[in-house]
Amino acid sequence: MCVPVLNCYSCPGALGACPVGSLQTALGARHHFPFYVLGTMMLFGILLGRLVCGLLCPFGLVQDLMHKIPVPKWSVPKKIDRPMRYLKYAVLLGTVILLPALVVTKTGITPPYFCEYICPAGMLGGGIPQMIANPALRKLAGMLFSWKVLVLLLILLLSMFIHRPFCRYLCPLGAFYALFNRFAFYQMSLNERKCTGCKKCERSCPMAVEITREINSSECIRCGKCKAVCPEGAISSGFMFNNLKPYGDYRAYGTRSRRR
Amino acid sequence: MERIKSGKLIHVVRSVVLAMSLLLIGTGIMKQEHTEVLQKAVKICLECIGIG
Repeated sequence: MCVPVLNCYSCPGALGACPVGSLQTALGARHHFPFYVLGTMMLFGILLGRLVCGLLCPFGLVQDLMHKIPVPKWSVPKKIDRPMRYLKYAVLLGTVILLPALVVTKTGITPPYFCEYICPAGMLGGGIPQMIANPALRKLAGMLFSWKVLVLLLILLLSMFIHRPFCRYLCPLGAFYALFNRFAFYQMSLNERKCTGCKKCERSCPMAVEITREINSSECIRCGKCKAVCPEGAISSGFMFNNLKPYGDYRAYGTRSRRR
Repeated sequence: MERIKSGKLIHVVRSVVLAMSLLLIGTGIMKQEHTEVLQKAVKICLECIGIG
């Protein structure tokens, strides 16, 4: 069974399978269309969108905890931040879909490139615990293991200064769910009549979403911080099953405000 | 009016994606793909932990 979050099934305590790993296996090792895995990912995507990233992802939690360490916080300039956000889509397309689907090795099995070279969640949840638990594996660790430890340390270090750098710039699963964010059943909405435009919500947003302009942005991880800080109670969220009714003074789906 | 149209469109897209995802899962189960996921999940993936 695939669980909706980035996790490693090499973790000694794993009870589910990572959708990104399963997708690479279906494409690279079995070379067939991944009906089951893709269907599962789409189901979680359409029901929850990036709520999965905000409330369920264990590696997201690790980054959140690292960000609580009291060091000066960095605000990434928009000129760098905006283009960098597209990197996660390139990671999804390149390392998770195209390389496993198109590259053919001598054995006929294409390695899971994302898991092998990038995934820090795999290293934290699978690699390091396995090395601690299994002395025989320690002898096999080489350059690749060192590289992955370096990637993990770099992301953890960056998490202290920037909120969720992996989710913002690199996570292929976040990129996949981001495609569904605007029309998933779980939505955020802003009451324009109540909103005074104080922008407290935008200042508190860990993903730097322009909430008053685009509340259901593909970058919103539905953490609910904006809702908690809004003094007017203008932001709400929840499952919206019936969209045939007009929202009236509510604005959803990332539509631009008429006032601005 | 524009908002109602947008709401209807989103409702249609949601329903289609939901139906497609269920169809894909059903097809995958019929093709025994869930057992492949299990087979992969019960083994330690050496590449995934930086070995291999």
